[in-house]
Amino acid sequence: MLESLPCRRMQNRQDLITLWLMRWLAAMIVLLLILLVILLCKLALPAISKFGLGFILSDTWNPITEEFGAFPFIIGTLITSFMALLMAAPLSVSVALFICEICPKQLGRLLGTFVEMIAAVPSIVFGLWGIFSLAPWVQNVVTPFLKNTLGFLPFFQGPSYGIGVLTASLILSIMITPTICTFCREVFNTIPSQTKEAALALGATRFEMIKIAILKPSYSGMIAGIVLGLGRALGETMAVAMVIGNTSRLSLSIFAPGSTMASVIANEYAEASNAIHLASLGYIALLLLAITLIINSFARFIIWKWTPKI
Amino acid sequence: MIWRKTKNYFFITILTLSGIAVLIPLILIIIYVIKMGFSSLNWQFITHLPRPVGESGGGMAHAIVGTLFLVGLGGIFSIPLGIMLGTYLSEFKKDKMAKFLRHTIDLFSGIPSIVIGIFAYILVVIPFKHFSALSGGVALGIIILPIVTRTTEEILKLIPGTTREAGLALGLNRTKIIWHILIKGSRAGIFTGIILATSRAAGETAPLLFTAFGNSYFSFQLMQPMASLPAQIYTYAISPFADWQRQAWAGSFVLIIIVLGLNLSARFFMRQKS
Amino acid sequence: MSVLKVENLNAWFGDNHVVKNISLDYKANTISAIIGPSGCGKSTFVRCLNRIHEEVPSAKVSGAVYLQGKNIYGPGVDAVTIRKNIGMVFQKPTPFPAMSVLDNVLVGLRFQGMCKKTTLMEIAEACLKKAALWDEVKDKLNQPGTSLSGGQQQRLCIARTLAVNPPVLLMDEPTSALDPISTAKIEELMDNLKNEYTVIIVTHNMQQAARIADYTSFFILGDLIEHGPSSEIFTNPKNKKTEDYVTGRFG
Repeated sequence: MLESLPCRRMQNRQDLITLWLMRWLAAMIVLLLILLVILLCKLALPAISKFGLGFILSDTWNPITEEFGAFPFIIGTLITSFMALLMAAPLSVSVALFICEICPKQLGRLLGTFVEMIAAVPSIVFGLWGIFSLAPWVQNVVTPFLKNTLGFLPFFQGPSYGIGVLTASLILSIMITPTICTFCREVFNTIPSQTKEAALALGATRFEMIKIAILKPSYSGMIAGIVLGLGRALGETMAVAMVIGNTSRLSLSIFAPGSTMASVIANEYAEASNAIHLASLGYIALLLLAITLIINSFARFIIWKWTPKI
Repeated sequence: MIWRKTKNYFFITILTLSGIAVLIPLILIIIYVIKMGFSSLNWQFITHLPRPVGESGGGMAHAIVGTLFLVGLGGIFSIPLGIMLGTYLSEFKKDKMAKFLRHTIDLFSGIPSIVIGIFAYILVVIPFKHFSALSGGVALGIIILPIVTRTTEEILKLIPGTTREAGLALGLNRTKIIWHILIKGSRAGIFTGIILATSRAAGETAPLLFTAFGNSYFSFQLMQPMASLPAQIYTYAISPFADWQRQAWAGSFVLIIIVLGLNLSARFFMRQKS
Repeated sequence: MSVLKVENLNAWFGDNHVVKNISLDYKANTISAIIGPSGCGKSTFVRCLNRIHEEVPSAKVSGAVYLQGKNIYGPGVDAVTIRKNIGMVFQKPTPFPAMSVLDNVLVGLRFQGMCKKTTLMEIAEACLKKAALWDEVKDKLNQPGTSLSGGQQQRLCIARTLAVNPPVLLMDEPTSALDPISTAKIEELMDNLKNEYTVIIVTHNMQQAARIADYTSFFILGDLIEHGPSSEIFTNPKNKKTEDYVTGRFG
C-alpha cells in the first residue's frame, strides 16, 4: 500500500523539482529555529558574560545600578505554573472522564467544544477579566476564607490586594485546562470498548471500570497531557502580566504580588533603560525558551515512548 | 457491596460536578465581557481614532484595521509555506529532512509567543532602529506557520493511500497527484486550518508589544509602528482612566466576537463537510 | 498475437520473494483471470505490470514485461509515462475527493493536455456508457464523485480508466468490496469491454473467474502452477494442486 515516497527511486523530473523545493523550504525553517536560538544568545550575551550562571540565583533587579538577577522571576514562573497544574490537572482529568464516560455522546461533544473554546479566548481578555472581576473576588472572598482556615501557614499570611500570585495561578489553571482535557480525551478514546465492556461484564461498578480499564492504562498519557499543560503555563504571558502585580521582590505569601519570566519581559522590554537591562531580559527569554523547550520535548518523549497511538 | 456502590455514586457525582464547574469560568468571562463591553460599543468606537486623554469618545478603528493588516502580513508568506510544508510532512514523511522538519515545527509551536516577539525584534526592529508593522507581521507569521503546517498534514493523512495509487495508475506523477487531487480535494480542511491559525494570531498581544508596538493613528506603512486590537486593549486596560478602561472592554468584546466567531464557524464548517 | 508478454518476472518486498519467476503471454481482446489462495502474490504480480509495485519503499523487481513489443522495465523508460498505457482498477472504489463525476472521468485526459470541451464531453459519455453508468449519472454529472453508491463509484473508476484508452486493463479484485447486484453489473460490462481492450483480473472468487474469463492462471505463494483456458482449468486441470484448489479441498 502506498504511503510515502521512496525518494531514491524517483525519476520524473517535475517530481524531483518538487521534492527538492520542499526539502529546501524545510531546511530554511530548521535554520530559522537555529537562527532564533543563536540570535537570542547574542542578545543575551552582555548579561551572560557579566553575570554568568549566578544570574539564575541572584534576586537583585535594579535597572539603575545595573544589577540584574532572574531568581524572583524563575520562582514566580515555577510557583504559578505548579499551582495552576495542581488545580487544573484533577479538574481536567475529571472533565475528560466525564465527557468520555458519563455524558451522553452529543452532550459530551458539545461540552468538549466548549472546553476547547476556553483555549480560543485571547490571553488579554483573560487578563482584563482577571483585573476587574477575578481579582476583587480573590481579595474579598477567597483570601479571608484561606486566612481563616490555613492562616497559620506562612503561605497564607500577609495583605492581599487581589492582584498577586494566587490570582495569576487561578487564571493560569483555567487557561491550561483545555490543553490537558483535550489531550486526556484523546487518550481515553483510544481504549477499545471491549476492554470497558469486559470490566463491566465482570460486575464492576462504573467507577471501578473507569479505574481498571481507563485510568490504569492511561497513566503515561495523562502525565503527557499534564506536562503539555505545564509547558503551556510556563509560556503564558499577558493574562499573568496583568494580574500578578509585577514586583521583583520575593515573598512567601501567595497573596503577595510577584512576577514571572514572561511577565517581566512583557512589562519592561519596550522601555528597557539601558543595554544591560535589555540583555538581561534577553537572558531571561533564553532561560524561558530553554525551560519550555525541555518540558515540551519531555511531553513528546512520553507520548512517543508510552502512548504511540496518539 | 453498599460501600462499592457508595464510592461509585460519590465518584460519578464528582465527575459531573467537575463537568459543570469547567463551564463556569468561560460563561463568567463571556457574560462579563458582554456586560462591560456591549454598553461601550458604539459606531464611534469602530470608526474613530483615539482621542487624547480626558476627551471622551474616540475609538479603536485604527487598531481593528491594524490587526487585519498584521495578520494578513503574517499570513501572506506563512500560509502558502505552511501548506507546502504540511504536504511535505504528509507525502514524503520518510524523507530525512522531513523528520527534522517535524521536530522543528513541534518545537516552534511550543515556544512562548513573547520569545517569538523578541526574535522578530532582533530580526527587524534592531536593524531598522524602530518598531514596525513588518516586525509584527514576522512575529505573527511565525505563530501562524506551525498551525497551518500541522492541520494541512493531518488533513492530507486522512486521504486513503489507494487514492494516490489510483492517481499513479492513471499516469499522473507525484506532483500532479499532490496538487490536483490531494490539495484541491482537501480545500475545506486546509481552509479551516487557516481560519484557526489566523484567529489565534489575531488574539496575540505579547509578541506585538515591542514589534509593531502601537500607534494612535491609521498607518499602512510597513516600516512604521502599527496599532493592533490586543495591544490597544492592553494599553487602555492598565491605564488609570475610566474612559479608556471602558474602551478596553469594548475592544475585548469585538476581539472575542472575532476570535470565537471564526473558531466556531471553522469547526461547524468542518463538521458539515465531513 | 500477444499484447502483453511477461518474461521471468520476479518481485520482492525487502527479502520476501513474493513473485517467483513468472512468464505469461496475454492475447489481445481476451479476459484473463488470476486465482489462488490469499497471500499468493496475485496482487503483487499485477501491480508489477503497471510498475506500481516499485512505489513501495522496500520493493524490488526483476525480469521484463513487454507491452505491445516494448519492455516497460527497459532502461530509460519512465514509469509515470508507461502507466498511461495500462489502466488499473483497485479493490476499493477511489473516486477523487472534491471532484465531480464528470471531472473524475476526465482527469486522465485533462492531464494529457486534451482540453477541447466537445471532444471531452463525447469521450466522457462514451466511457460512461461502456462502464454501464451513463444512464444512472447523466443528470448528476456535476455532483461529487463521492455521492454515488459503492457499485456506481467502482464503475466510475472503470470509466475513468477507459477514458485514457489503454490497451490493457488491470483489475485487482474489483468486485470484492461490492454487493452482489453491483458485482453482476460489473461482470456484465466486462464482457463488452473485451471487444476493445485486454483485461487481466485478479479475483479470489473462482466462480467469477469461471463466469467471465477466457483464460485463468493459478498461483500459489508466488509460483505459477498452471495456466490455460478457463474451461480446462476448472473442469480438467492438469496439475493436482490446481484440481485440489478448484474443487475446494484447500483455499
